[in-house]
Amino acid sequence: MAELSVTVNGMPLPLDGVAPSVSLLDALRAQGLTGAKEGCAEGECGACSVLVARPAADGGSQWVAVNACLPPALSYAGQEIVTAEGLGSPGDLHPVQAELAHRGGSQCGYCTPGFVCSMAAEYYRPDRAGLEGTEASGVGNDHQDHHNHHDRHDDGPNGFDEHALSGNLCRCTGYRPIMDAAHALGRPAADDPFAARRAQAAPEPVPAHVSVAGYEYVRPETLAEALDLLAAHPDAVPVAGSTDLGVVTNLAMYRPQMLVAIDRLPELRTLRATDERIEIGAAVTLSEAESWLAGRVPLLDALFPQFASRLIRNAATFGGNLGTASPIGDGAPALLALDATLTLASTEGTREVALSDYFTGYRQTVRRPGELIATISVPVAQPGMVAFHKIAKRRYDDISSVAVAYAIDIEGGVVTRARIGLGGVAATPLRALATEAALTGSAWTEAEVDRVAEVLAGEGTPLGDHRASEAYRRAMLGTSLRKLYAEHAPATTGAAR
Amino acid sequence: MTALAQRPANPVVGESVVHESADLHVTGAALYTDDLTGRLTGLLHAWPVGSPHAHARVTSLRTEPALAVPGVVRVLTGADVPGVNDAGVKHDEPLFPTEVMFRGHAVCWVLADSLEAARLGAAAVEVDYEMLPALMTVEEAIAAERFQGARPVMTRGDAAAAMAGAAYVFSGETTMKGQEHFYLETHCSIALVDESGQVFVHASTQHPTETQDIVAHVLGRPAHEVTVQCLRMGGGFGGKEMQPHGFAAIAAIGATVTGRPVRLRLNRALDMTMSGKRHGYHASWQVGFAADGRFVALDATLTADGGWSLDLSEPVLARALCHIDNAYWIPDIVVHGRIAQTNKTSQTAFRGFGGPQGMIVIEDIIGRCAPLLGIDAAQVRERNFYSPGQQTPYGQEVRHADRMPRVWDQLMTSATVDRRTAEIAEFNASHRHTKKALAVTPVKFGISFNFTSYNQAGALVLVYKDGSVLINHGGTEMGQGLHTKMAQVAATALGVPLDVVRVAPTRTDKVPNTSATAASSGADLNGGAVKAACEQIRERLAEFAAKRFGEPVDAVRFEGGTVRAEGSAAPPMTWAELVDAAYYSRVQLSAMGFYRTEGLHWDPVTVHGVPFKYFVYAAAAAEVEVDGFTGASVTRRVDIVFDVGDSLSPMIDLGQIEGAFVQGAGWMTMEELVWDERPGQGQGRLLTSAASTYKLPSLSEMPAVLNVSLLEAATEDGVVYGSKAVGEPPLMLAIAVREAIRDAAAAFGESGASVDLGLPATPEATYWAIEAVRGGVRDGGVTTLRRPT
Repeated sequence: MAELSVTVNGMPLPLDGVAPSVSLLDALRAQGLTGAKEGCAEGECGACSVLVARPAADGGSQWVAVNACLPPALSYAGQEIVTAEGLGSPGDLHPVQAELAHRGGSQCGYCTPGFVCSMAAEYYRPDRAGLEGTEASGVGNDHQDHHNHHDRHDDGPNGFDEHALSGNLCRCTGYRPIMDAAHALGRPAADDPFAARRAQAAPEPVPAHVSVAGYEYVRPETLAEALDLLAAHPDAVPVAGSTDLGVVTNLAMYRPQMLVAIDRLPELRTLRATDERIEIGAAVTLSEAESWLAGRVPLLDALFPQFASRLIRNAATFGGNLGTASPIGDGAPALLALDATLTLASTEGTREVALSDYFTGYRQTVRRPGELIATISVPVAQPGMVAFHKIAKRRYDDISSVAVAYAIDIEGGVVTRARIGLGGVAATPLRALATEAALTGSAWTEAEVDRVAEVLAGEGTPLGDHRASEAYRRAMLGTSLRKLYAEHAPATTGAAR
Repeated sequence: MTALAQRPANPVVGESVVHESADLHVTGAALYTDDLTGRLTGLLHAWPVGSPHAHARVTSLRTEPALAVPGVVRVLTGADVPGVNDAGVKHDEPLFPTEVMFRGHAVCWVLADSLEAARLGAAAVEVDYEMLPALMTVEEAIAAERFQGARPVMTRGDAAAAMAGAAYVFSGETTMKGQEHFYLETHCSIALVDESGQVFVHASTQHPTETQDIVAHVLGRPAHEVTVQCLRMGGGFGGKEMQPHGFAAIAAIGATVTGRPVRLRLNRALDMTMSGKRHGYHASWQVGFAADGRFVALDATLTADGGWSLDLSEPVLARALCHIDNAYWIPDIVVHGRIAQTNKTSQTAFRGFGGPQGMIVIEDIIGRCAPLLGIDAAQVRERNFYSPGQQTPYGQEVRHADRMPRVWDQLMTSATVDRRTAEIAEFNASHRHTKKALAVTPVKFGISFNFTSYNQAGALVLVYKDGSVLINHGGTEMGQGLHTKMAQVAATALGVPLDVVRVAPTRTDKVPNTSATAASSGADLNGGAVKAACEQIRERLAEFAAKRFGEPVDAVRFEGGTVRAEGSAAPPMTWAELVDAAYYSRVQLSAMGFYRTEGLHWDPVTVHGVPFKYFVYAAAAAEVEVDGFTGASVTRRVDIVFDVGDSLSPMIDLGQIEGAFVQGAGWMTMEELVWDERPGQGQGRLLTSAASTYKLPSLSEMPAVLNVSLLEAATEDGVVYGSKAVGEPPLMLAIAVREAIRDAAAAFGESGASVDLGLPATPEATYWAIEAVRGGVRDGGVTTLRRPT
């Protein structure tokens, strides 16, 4: 009997001797489960996606789709995975597989098992409003109107949220038959085993301490244990969703001596609202946060659909997004605009740091060796006007060339408070302090906005790269506030658009 | 109608059926080359040592440090090549180079027990380089006059003289970037030595025969000692027409020198860094128009960015020349073609194969000159359509020229273009920051390989005693549904239900000397061959059945798995009964079929002849909305009318049309290849070498409304069951998206401005186009040399 294993399609897949650098995808493929494919090895194409049983709010489990190419296989020890092979077989297709197959949803077929898994997760989403569900879709059946909708509410007539497929790329079909398949899905049958499975609790990953060829993988049980490890091993790398680590592991042969899995530490998975603050554990996935927040923080609601893809959000965390301190991460600008505070924990204890004081340089922060981000919190009181402007080549799952997050209060036609977070325009995410100052006290009028827009255009020190030129980044800073005004002009008229 | 085009009663062709592997795709059961890895024991993994320079001479190569890495078994170098050290057919692609020509060019390959060991081994290899100056852009190569290959000139009439009499004469330049194929399955080959010492290569290749030829010449063996099999590809799009050969050859050398199976799979970063892409093009042009917008003359020079070696650049250029007219009669014309050599990947085939580059030039000319003529661009297009009897500049009569206006008129009506154009004008008048536009563009695309010899195909059809049918043909399956169509053709020709027929993976030891599955010709060519093979068997069976029925041969009917004789009282037989009886009567139940496209000839030197069997006609109307703050565009609605003849398989064809359109729209709007062009340490690096930096359309780019209609009454005589090709032409319909973005950008300024728009029209490129218009630029970068006074 293997000491460590992951359950795949109901069978144990042994993980003994698997190195920490081996991805879940490679472990599956090495065992002959070749349905999941490697298309990009960086979590962009979704050809590798599989389903994992995760805890649901009701104590049961939910099927969540994740990229298998990014996480270490070891991080799934003890968990339960289903692949396209496990959902159905050529003679016995799963409803999702049948819709995709019969509607021409596969051409070359290489991306298809990944689409199947992403689609199946949405098929089994318990709160999906269905055809015979009680919750009617707010959009109705008019396909044209639905897609032309500017904020792309994106629910099909059967409640299928097309963002569920935002992390899957297909190069053959142009997506129309895939969306038709998604929109044709009904609700799971009464005897559907995967639907029934949701009533049972999801298995937790098992604690582990593995050493393979000198490389260690540790999944501690408590935060204290994790902090002790990080204190004792300054080079140890904490890992949660592995959506960043997996990329450098695959592409740059990054091989840290020790990985410390922190994604299931209960102390980092808090979701709490007090009278004053809303607190999100650093290891809560973005999807979990999105679901739990349920509209409580409108700026984050504006952010989430533009933040990577559903597959990534099912694994990635705010802790990771801030921990890697990328100047183009989308979490930071929004959280800066929300006056977020971080709690950093180490064996020395905890301390609070305002996010605006956190970044010190390119991928550098005040976080000390051995210190972890434990929680991120924002005030309960929400700004009156929020927006997240993301400038990118593609609307879904792209990296910002410029990101601007707004949190603005206007009273009596005058801006009383402004917080503006910027990404992609300097070595770190930053607050647009000069713009905030210029805006505060100004009338919310086109003339004033035009004036302050010039201030915003001068913020940061944008560079040119393969995503955008310096001039375009600068220009986008300059037009952003005007765009905000056009979207939020007093008594919006058609002419303002 | 020809016998080839004639359909029997109740044919299986024409039915909408799903892809023959759909059930395997959706369950993960469909196998691709790399999925075989775990099925082979003792397999070695290959990894390249790539050049860190765009252009350099290798002065020394030390492989010993790699051998010290645990698990490394061998480092393959030029010394291991028993035959010809060349990965191509032009002898300009050394498999192991001594002069590296682009960044990432493989100097040697490490073989190891594990991929990890191979990568570590590759990192340990020590190479010294003497850096050489690099040319990164087509403009630099033009300035340095660094060209490669042929420099064809296509001429008709006297462009200079005609230009002198034109009411309007304009000149300008058009540039377009290349495009990465981004097939989801990257290049992969697995080679092994079989029990008789022969080499067997599993490869993801569109051209198994050429893979076989090159593996054979690299190994210095005759072709009959090398077998190449392609199970299926996870997309090809032209990227696996020429590019797989060298990788297959490396795996084959590895297998022969070690005796172990060798797997060579490029990960995405390597694939994008090492393999060729669609050619970027530069065009300079001078064009003459009559006052009514009709073309008078065109004088253009097209320069392809060929990358480091010729590869398929010459035939791609030929097709670009042959499509610069698109659907338009240009009376006097001269077009010069040349291929720049740059220090980048060797650019290669990509869906459209130069056709798009040629068409984009003329559509860009129309898009930019129409405002200067004061005529709506759609009218300029329509007025210039070929009339029946006219010839292309290369001397081919435009067969079915009437279909273009038929397609156009049908589209204008079905897409309610006039009404929506008026609505858009109203919208634009009332919206400062958002503008819409609707553009309509045509496509006329020639079908057949320009290179006449490639227009042949073979098939091997096997009928087993139980009546089941196995088809082998020379075409490869990359998602386009060729195998599905071939099964339908066979079922139609034999009069059996579709499920009686299975199509085997493509193998060079079943059907020899095949052409690439390319040029949209897969179904035309292989369908002809499959049909020919099936008909031989059917004729033998008909003779046999006629005797049984006691009726003449021409009374025997095969339909739906039943065989009967017209007018006979004898009960019908099932197909399986007939086959069984025929076997025992020693009737041959297998046949080789062969097909060649008749009537073609082509002279690449004079750029003249009849290279194409026929033309595909189509048109698209695309409506976009552009955000004036960011330049971001949304494609709101697309209507397409497309001539596929009598479709062999409507759902497959619809999938090709939609998929190609979206792929083309990706190139037009977002897919951007960016190389580090500045001299220095980073020079030559592809900066968009990953899915995170090279963005292809996701479902967020799907047009909100996409209506595709197939042209009715469009039988193509002389093609298998009256059908037409579909693989490439719809890609070029996406030009409508770029033209719509151009018009929307123009709407941000005073009316009548000409707009110069980048390709791809990314948000940034579109934003600068809008800014130019807002800033009062009205000439679209076009120089007006003459206009009526």
